Formats: sequence, structure tokens, C-alpha cells
Amino acid sequence: MRKEVPLIITFLAGAFFIADYFVPHTGFSHIAETINGWTIIVITFAYVLGVANVTRVNLDYIQRKGKDTPYKIILLICLLFMMTVGIVWGIAEGTIFDWFFINIYVPMQSMMFALLAFYIASAAFRAFRIRSTQAALLAITAVLVMIGRVPIGEAIWKDFSNFAEWIMNVPQLAGKRAILIGAALGAISTGLKVIVGLERTHLGAD
Amino acid sequence: MKKLLEFINNLDRRWIFLFIGLAVSLPLFFPLGIDFTVSHPVQGFYDTIEKVPNGSKILMSCDYDPGSLPELYPMTVAALEQMFRKDLKVIVTCLWPAGPPVVERALNHMAFEYKKEKGIDFVNLGFKEGREVVMVSMGASIPNTFPTDYNGTPVTQIQIMQGVTNFKDLAMIVNISAGYPGTKEWVQQVQARYNIDLVSGCTAVSAPEFYPYYQTGQLKGLLGGMKGAAEYEKLVGVMGLGTRGMDAQSVSHLTVFFFILIGNLAYFVLRALKGKEVK
Amino acid sequence: MTAEALGVWLGAGFTLCILSFLYKDNPFYKFAEHVFVGISAGYGVALQFHNVFLPNLWRPLIAGNLVMIVPLILGMFLFARFSARVSWLSRWSIGLLIGIYSGIAIIGFGSGDLVAQIHGNLLPLWGGDYLTSFNNWILCLGLIACLVYFFFSREHKGSFGFVARVGIYFLMISFGASFGYTVMSRMSLLIGRFYYLYGDWLHILPQ
Repeated sequence: MRKEVPLIITFLAGAFFIADYFVPHTGFSHIAETINGWTIIVITFAYVLGVANVTRVNLDYIQRKGKDTPYKIILLICLLFMMTVGIVWGIAEGTIFDWFFINIYVPMQSMMFALLAFYIASAAFRAFRIRSTQAALLAITAVLVMIGRVPIGEAIWKDFSNFAEWIMNVPQLAGKRAILIGAALGAISTGLKVIVGLERTHLGAD
Repeated sequence: MKKLLEFINNLDRRWIFLFIGLAVSLPLFFPLGIDFTVSHPVQGFYDTIEKVPNGSKILMSCDYDPGSLPELYPMTVAALEQMFRKDLKVIVTCLWPAGPPVVERALNHMAFEYKKEKGIDFVNLGFKEGREVVMVSMGASIPNTFPTDYNGTPVTQIQIMQGVTNFKDLAMIVNISAGYPGTKEWVQQVQARYNIDLVSGCTAVSAPEFYPYYQTGQLKGLLGGMKGAAEYEKLVGVMGLGTRGMDAQSVSHLTVFFFILIGNLAYFVLRALKGKEVK
Repeated sequence: MTAEALGVWLGAGFTLCILSFLYKDNPFYKFAEHVFVGISAGYGVALQFHNVFLPNLWRPLIAGNLVMIVPLILGMFLFARFSARVSWLSRWSIGLLIGIYSGIAIIGFGSGDLVAQIHGNLLPLWGGDYLTSFNNWILCLGLIACLVYFFFSREHKGSFGFVARVGIYFLMISFGASFGYTVMSRMSLLIGRFYYLYGDWLHILPQ
């Protein structure tokens, strides 16, 4: 029964929420609303589970005295500090929690993503070789859109922006729409497979 | 010549990093001031908000985190500027965990400029985990999904939330999104079910896949990346980071184009030269 | 030095630590990376506590809404994963979540993507003027060609293969446009960071 009960739960939940879209009955919607509220809470516990797992993994590493142990200790200290400060003193603007978020979290996360600018330029230089018609089409479109969508494109040719916009609204759109339709068909079939129990990977091994 | 081409072909990537760093930095110190026009999707974003009757209630879902700040924060600020100018009542939600403090700052800053009062003219309902489930839950009841605002005040005590049960009580939705959950989920779960006007400001990475939604009318307007933010700032009449960054954007794009060009030139000329040597 | 100024210097310091990774991996980057992971994990827990746990679960529960015991128990079941003996309990919660998300996704993709996008492509082949008509033809033929390419149950040869190859060309245009926009996005992020370093930290940018 250890796998059958979860499969029944998955089926009932999935079928219920599909039916909720079609059934206008208020009682039905009220039950759906209640279960939605429960889902928000259960997902929150899943997030905390993730953090607990991070803590466990790093504690194991510290016990094994790996070469990055000092860094793992710093990680756990920061985790505990931020959690305690936030829970005890609140998270509103002007609190210690908020100060650390704005002055440490924000700059670091922003810079981590900004590093990608360097890597995309490097990757474009090394890997972008026009060896076939398809690669040429990709490269030419990329260059036209890249130059056309910035002000210098309009300075070079006043209709460059309109031309780039045409590429986005017509040929590009056709390809993206096909991908959207294909992905929708895939998502619907995967969803149905999960609901009827043909897809069970989310339950893990026995 | 061959040595130069080989040097280019085997160029250490740190030289590329240096050039990109200079391409972005120099225009910030020496602005070029190149003008630009506004595209249709951006005009649609502006016009849709402009058409909303003054004093109406709008939901603004800021689904992003600091990783996308340069693209999306200018859009948030410009949108708040337009909405406060029209005396629209703004209800803000966040579906990304790191969003609320950033949006709180934007709200407080704009509220101070326009002398708007928290709880009466705007409210930040904060974050809820659950992604699409939160959207579907809001369709049934926004107060039950967000029982308090970001600072813990019960929504029953917040004036702007009086009379707001679900999406039917709102004039439109403005979504500023960095990925998942974001615009796609708002279109699928909310716009498709409730047929409410939806406009989106998104990162440039996501923008191409949302053009089909704009073409069908599921999105009434679309801002794509920092350029979209700059065009929107032009319409609203503000000089924000979006506009200030355009010159750096232009020069950096030309730099990337230059690297792609010389990379290919070096590769193909070297290949031809090596082919001649073999013969 | 005010708290705000100290904060900017700290933020700039950590920004430079992350930036140093461009040269090579080094202790400054490692230190900053681990601080970031710790702060973000702790941030998430505190935020969930104030924005979800307290308003959506705890306060309704202590106010007398005993039905909230159900999500509390389901949430606690997730932690059963840490014990091999009772880890099967976590499957109940996961099963519920997966079922709900699958049901919602089917409806969302069906109505929001599948039906709406097909409907959006049913365009008149004569659109009133030559440019609109040309665009409509490109959209219709492009979508059909791409969908033919995605049909892998039949070998792509002959006229079927020709249409599939046209589909690939449309897809290459799509990917090229995506690459162009991706470059725009990444450069924007770097512009924002340099603006912070030169403007907010060093105050050397022209007004």
C-alpha cells in the first residue's frame, strides 16, 4: 500500500482540479479553494525541508573535515544568523534582516547573474561558427535582432528597429508558437500520465 | 598574418572579458545620447494602463528577484509612476521569495514622491509559495490567499482591500516577471480563465516566447528587457536606469557582434590557409 | 560612517569578490559564495515563516480552525524523508502536490497555450493589404512547417522532409532571435552592476 495510496491521492487530486475548471458549482469551488490553501502550506514545508537538507549535508561535510570546512562553517553561521534575526526581529524595511538582504544578498545575486554577460560573449566568440545554412540563419538573425533592438541600430538605419520588430512578430513568432503548441501537447500528456499513474518517478524507488 | 589569425583563434577569454567590461563601462562615463523609438508592444503596455479609469484597483504581481533587477526594477518604478499619476490603487503581490523587500522599496519611494498612503493607495501583500496554485487560489479569494500584507497587517484592516474578493474586482493585472512562475503562468491560469486584461514586463531572455501571447491578445502589452524599460520610461516621461543604460547596451552589442565576426573570419581564413598548405 | 554607507561598501566588496571569479577561482569568491548560500537559505526560512506559516497556518489554527491540522500533518510528513523507516509517509504529501500541479498544468496548457495559440494562427490569407497578407502566409506556413518537423513518427524524407527542413529554418530564426535577446538580457545585468559600483559606491558617474 506504500505506493498505491499516494497514486490514488495523485489521481484524486489531479482529477478534482481538472473537474474544478468545468464544474461551476459553488460547493465544488469551495473545496478546491480549501485544498489550494493547504497546498500553499505544504509547499512551504517543502522549502524548509530543502533548507534542512542543506544544513544536514554541510554538517556531514564538517564532520568529515573536508578541505572546504571553514567555508561550510561560514555558510551555516550565515544561515542560522539570517533565520534567527528574521524570525525574531521581523522582516520589514529598516530591520537588521532587511539590511543584510539589501546590502549582501542583492549585490551578490545581481553580480552572479551579471557574470553571464562575460560568458555569453566568450561563448559567442568561441562556439559561434557558421558551418552550415542553418547556423548562418541563426547567426544572421541573432545579429540583426541584437543590433536592431538597441538605439545604435536606429542610428545606422532608421528602420532597423522596425525590421527587427518584424522578425520578432512574424518568422520568429511562427517558430515560437510551434514550440508552445508542442510543449503544451507534451505537458498535457505528461500530466495525464502522472494522474493515471503511468508516470511514477516522483514517488521514488521502493 | 597567420600568426595574428592563430592568436585571435586561440584568444584567452580573459581578454574578451576585459573588452566587455570596457564596452559596458565607457558609455556610462561618456554617454552617446542616441535616440530611439517606441515599439508597438511597449505602446500597448502604456495604453492599456492609460485606458483604466482613474481610481480603479490594479493587481501588480512582481515576480522577480535581485538577479533581474537592472531589467525589471526600472519597469516597476515606471509602472508605479504611471499608475500613481492616474490615482490608480495598486495591490502588489510577489511569487518569487526575494521579491518583496525590493518591491517594498520601490513602493515606498514612489509613494513618497506622489504622497500616496500605504493601505489606502497601495499595499504590498508580500510573498506566497505555490506558484500556479497561488494564482488559482487568488481566482477564488485574494484575501484568503493573502490574509495579511507583507508587514503582517490583516487585510480586513486594509482599506484598499475592501471590496476585493478575486480578479473580477480588479481592472487589470500588471505582471513584472523574471521567469517561472511568471507571465506564462499568469496567461495560462488567470488570463485564460478570467479573461482579464494582462500586460507583462519581462526579462529579454523570456520576451521572444511571449510574442505569440501578444499576437493573440492574451497580453495587451509587453516590455522586453532593459530596452523595453527604456521605451516605457520614454512614454511615462522619466529618466531611469533603463534609459541611462541604452548607450552601454548599444556598445556592448556591437562588441559581441565584433567578436562573432572576427572569430568566424579567423576560423575560416585559417582553415583556407591550412587547406592550401596541405595541397 | 552611516549604516547605509557601510552597507554600500559591504555590497561593493562582495560584488568584487564575485567578480574576481572571472580571473580564476579564489578564496574571496569561495567565501562570498558560501556567505550568499547561507544568507539566502536563512532569508527564505524567515520569509516563509512570516509570509506563509504565521498568516496562513498558525493564526487560523490557534483561532479555532482545526481543519488546518490537515496541511500541518501533510507538511510534517515531508520531513519523514529523513528516516528510512517512515520515509514512505512523505509520498502522501508529494502525491498530493504532484496531482494538484498536474491537474492545474493540464488546464493551463490546454486553454492558455494549445487552444488559444491555434486559434491565434487561424489568420485570413488575404489580410486587406499585401504586407499583412504576406505576414499571415509566413505565420501559417511557418507554423505548419515547424509542426511537421516535430512529427518524428514518420521519416523526414521526400516532400515531408522538405517541409520539415523549412520548419528547421523557421526554428533557427526563432533561436537566433532568442540568442540576440539573451545577449541583451545578460548585458543589461552587467550594466546594472557597473552602475551600482561606479554610481552608488564610488560616486564617479556624471549626473
